[in-house]
Amino acid sequence: MKPSANRSLISRFVRENATTMTLASIFMAVLAVFGLILGDRLLSVGTFQSIAFQTPELGILGLAMMLALLSGGLNLSIISTANLCALTIASVLQFTIPWGDAGSVLWLTWQVGAVAAGLAVAILIGLLNGFIIAYLGVSPILATLGTMIACKGLAIGLTRGNVLSGFPDPIVAIGNGTYLGVPLAFLLFVALCVFVSVVLRRSSFGQKVYLVGANEKAARFSGIHVKRVLLLTYALSGALAGCGGLVMMARFNSANASYGESFLLISILAAVLGGINPYGGTGKVSGLFAALLLLQLISSAFNLMNFSQFLTIAIWGALLIGVSALRSGTGIFDRLHLFEFWRAKSAVSENP
Amino acid sequence: MPKTIQRWTRSHEFWLLAVVIVLSMFLTAATDSFLTLQNLFDLLTSTSFAGILAAGLLVVLVFGGIDISFTAIASVAQYVALMIAKTYPIGWFGVFLVACCTGILCGLFNAAIIHKVRISSVIVTISTLNIFYGLLIYSTRGDYITSLPSYFREGIWWFEFTDSNGFPYAINFQALLLVVAFLMTWVLLNKTNIGRQIYAMGGNEIAAERLGFHVFGLRCLVYGYMGFMAAIASISQAQLAQSVTPTTLIGKELEVLAAVVLGGASLAGGNGSVFGAVLGVMLIAILQNGLILLGVSSYWNQFFVGCVILLAVSATALSQRRRHAGLAS
Repeated sequence: MKPSANRSLISRFVRENATTMTLASIFMAVLAVFGLILGDRLLSVGTFQSIAFQTPELGILGLAMMLALLSGGLNLSIISTANLCALTIASVLQFTIPWGDAGSVLWLTWQVGAVAAGLAVAILIGLLNGFIIAYLGVSPILATLGTMIACKGLAIGLTRGNVLSGFPDPIVAIGNGTYLGVPLAFLLFVALCVFVSVVLRRSSFGQKVYLVGANEKAARFSGIHVKRVLLLTYALSGALAGCGGLVMMARFNSANASYGESFLLISILAAVLGGINPYGGTGKVSGLFAALLLLQLISSAFNLMNFSQFLTIAIWGALLIGVSALRSGTGIFDRLHLFEFWRAKSAVSENP
Repeated sequence: MPKTIQRWTRSHEFWLLAVVIVLSMFLTAATDSFLTLQNLFDLLTSTSFAGILAAGLLVVLVFGGIDISFTAIASVAQYVALMIAKTYPIGWFGVFLVACCTGILCGLFNAAIIHKVRISSVIVTISTLNIFYGLLIYSTRGDYITSLPSYFREGIWWFEFTDSNGFPYAINFQALLLVVAFLMTWVLLNKTNIGRQIYAMGGNEIAAERLGFHVFGLRCLVYGYMGFMAAIASISQAQLAQSVTPTTLIGKELEVLAAVVLGGASLAGGNGSVFGAVLGVMLIAILQNGLILLGVSSYWNQFFVGCVILLAVSATALSQRRRHAGLAS
């Protein structure tokens, strides 16, 4: 391969992953600064394990939000979907008699059935969102605002605001267990990231989501069944929110109608920080992943420095504004033309 | 004249008003306590906070923007004003002055960032919500203020009178602020040149910019006004609660948004009326109040509110679609 071809490949990679690279650089910088201040307290296995424990909750909800954002919408009902899903799983587990003895295959099937019921509820809410948005023509923010309030109300009404707690070991292990030192929830999160990434990049459905998000009218005129794409997008978003609910209930070993409400706006923040265009059409899972790790790193470092968690959320907000300013004002990797400059130079040296 | 009536019966406000009237008539018939002065005054007092915020948010939505950070602005304004009032004898005027200045400053901060960074206002205000709220709790350590000045504790009561059962009634502080907030907003949007510019901006920002509108100035005014309203609402709420808790207001932002949108304001900008916003706020308040009076457990409150919102936005979207189809054929 000629060196110039090689360089253009690198430059293309950098251009396509500008956000991820920016965030990775910020991550390294933050890690270096806090590493110097905190030393071994930050750069320890324990810290990274705690980051890996905390990321999945917000991360899976972030994936759910991301799908809606990519299609040019927004899903405000992810948290209430997650809680309703968790409560469904919890009530199936608590109000049915376990089949078989603890540890038997039948006993495991019973739990899988409970999880399946929860996910079915989450998908139903997603389909309801998708139907209202795609077939009735309601703007996503309003439709999901309505389902958010209604689902939360349903969860509060059915449980009277109470907490359901105490689940069998395998469910609790999803939130608190580790495999080779890596939290199971993190493995689940990575698996879901890979799944969403493959769906978005490699399937025709994923490509259609991007097209609908970029320009709905153009997508419709080019023969894409926009309504069906939106319906499926919100169903998938609901299913992912349900997975988020499963992880939350497994971590707390309990479920409640109002867990995780602070995650709603933070999940939008994380997605936009990760380079997902809030108007739809562009963004990658890798960007979201980098953004989440960065947010958790800051949170963990501040925690070690005994700063309040509220200072952390203030810094998160400032970080989003700062990165957005960089992106819209200078677009560091775009405007510096770093790699184009190298390519031009090498082109000159090859043709004297 | 018939044409005016026809236009009126087709409007969003007409249908909303019809729903509110039918609901009120049903509640009057079904319960003894709905149509009593006591209940109506309680209703007005408890809606005050959400109502004043709705007035501010309406202006932002008409302008074509959105603000999520107003509950955080309200918390900050409330805390700063009553912190100062606790130590210095600044009186009513001082409390309002400090709160409003704080609120307006926060609003201007939003406007400046939206304008300079050029990212969508949802994203900016989600960030500033976290910034304002995070810094407030960090610097106050989440402490409550319970020892309020005596004049503030007593509030303002006008036109006091007693009913046959001996209950005292008055135009209280909250109701007064609510009415003033909606009147001011109505004057701003309908009777001033600036109001017309705000509608025009919401209708088509690029066209308005080319016409020579001072976009940044308008944006500052709109978000500053939202901050101002958040400050007034926060004082009303603090007086009602008789204390300042920095954490209680956060989380109400989407409910206020739902009320304004229920009143017919479009998220795309350029649309919405003060009357509609009043009706939207009223509908949700009466619905919640009515469910309690009917003996429905308050745990089910939100479920019904959510269903009403879903029904209303779906019905509006469907009727708009039908009208567009009618125009096309």
